[in-house]
Amino acid sequence: MKTYEQINDRIESGKAVVLTADEIIDYVDKKGLAAAAKEVDVVTTATFGPMCSSGCFLNFGHSKPKIRMSEAWVEDVLVYTGIAAVDVFLGATQLRHGDPANMYHPGEFRYGGGHVIEDLVAGRKLQLFALSYGTDCYPLREIRTYFTINDLNQAIMVNPRNCYQNYNVGINDSDRPIYTYMGTLEPERKNANYCSAGQLSPLLNDPYYDVIGVGTKVWMAGAQGHVYAEGTQHAGACERTPGGVPKGGAGTLALTCDMKKMRPDFVRGVTFRGYGVSLALGIGVPIPVLNEDVLKRTCVRDRDIMAPVIDYSHDYPQNNGKVICSVNYEQLRSGQIKVEGKKVAVGSLSSYYKALEIANLLADEIRRGDFRLAEPITPLPKDTKMKPLVTRKKPS
Amino acid sequence: MSQTVTKKLMLFFPRCECEKPIIYHLVKDYNLVVNVFRAKVTPEEEGYLVLDVTGIEEDIERAMAFLRTFNVSINYSGKGVTRDENICTHCGLCITHCPTGALRIDDKTTREVIYSEADCIECMACIRVCPFGALASAF
Repeated sequence: MKTYEQINDRIESGKAVVLTADEIIDYVDKKGLAAAAKEVDVVTTATFGPMCSSGCFLNFGHSKPKIRMSEAWVEDVLVYTGIAAVDVFLGATQLRHGDPANMYHPGEFRYGGGHVIEDLVAGRKLQLFALSYGTDCYPLREIRTYFTINDLNQAIMVNPRNCYQNYNVGINDSDRPIYTYMGTLEPERKNANYCSAGQLSPLLNDPYYDVIGVGTKVWMAGAQGHVYAEGTQHAGACERTPGGVPKGGAGTLALTCDMKKMRPDFVRGVTFRGYGVSLALGIGVPIPVLNEDVLKRTCVRDRDIMAPVIDYSHDYPQNNGKVICSVNYEQLRSGQIKVEGKKVAVGSLSSYYKALEIANLLADEIRRGDFRLAEPITPLPKDTKMKPLVTRKKPS
Repeated sequence: MSQTVTKKLMLFFPRCECEKPIIYHLVKDYNLVVNVFRAKVTPEEEGYLVLDVTGIEEDIERAMAFLRTFNVSINYSGKGVTRDENICTHCGLCITHCPTGALRIDDKTTREVIYSEADCIECMACIRVCPFGALASAF
């Protein structure tokens, strides 16, 4: 048994023993659970992939004369201005003004909110254009200027949903190619795409949210951020394997950090042909080895984690809940799965290569004493389910 | 007996050379087997050509000397489709779309996605599916 204080003391003195969720599996096999739990202080988990429910609040400061922005665009990408005068919210999936979207299907979607966020973090100069209706206190009606992230008072990433605990494997049952947020899926089940770091993924290493909760400190593209709430669509009360691993989506995290401290190589705009734009983010979550139970759960292997194979041509869009079959991540990573007897080639949206890099970067930061852990102030709920949107008649 | 080798080349034909049957001479005069992957003539009447040439080393060298008598520029690395290593995140979304396995994972531990230009037939499927825009065509 260890406490957060004890682990943080060891981190501070530069003596913390830190392993990645990838390394811990063989380590526990070799040393045994009890000995390893005494020895190891922290297990680092990580993921790098598209996370659509991401965005940031920007504060521009005041111009002379002042403006109360009522509509605004950064690099022609619309930002939300329904808050204070020079605060805006920029969302990852917002398209650029004038983008033809899917008018000429499949659309190209070359630039959008996610790319603006990438450009901001990379320190590039961006255009702000804003309009206003004008008030006595904010007379300016229009402004066009150029800025970098360093000119802003605040650039704070606030992501309502990151780090999905597990995810679908997308496949196409139809006879034409489909263009989805799971990538391009070829007809007749020719390929399948998955999106999870599997045994390295944060919430798969803490399936019952024993240690990851509101207040947990996380590594967000190099910045030290934290979990500010359960993520949207968080649904802990899901179907699980006997080992406790969710068989589908399940838990999510709402994350925030100071964007000025993020590293550009882990904040990347994403384009899905025929679908839209998004943002790929690199996130690392440290798991404190408080006891043997916590450590045991970090030893989860790709072969113990099941993902549902779902048809994105009909079943997913119609929301009928059908699952063709389940496959594990060891099978997915082999590059080929069997779906109802047919061999299907497998691709991935989530980068294990980058996730591994993040798990090691975070482990190094903790070993150096640069990253202390934070104890959660509220646990994530385990008993909530995801509700559908019901289409109702107008009440009379 | 000299060994037969295959080399991948990218050729650029400036406007003045575009109408000459240069590749014909590679076959006829230098005994080369040519396998064209991709060719394009621009509206400015410049031409791009990516091809494999197979033959004995001496013949290939003589053929290259012949090409150089025109204003044709020869890129020996044959990069019609390039990958920007700074942009690629090694997610692996391209792999199932690559018909020849030029984009593949060799090291199962790091899961780095490698791009073997020699195996690329320039179908350009990867360019359309890469979410990060890491792959691009030279023409």
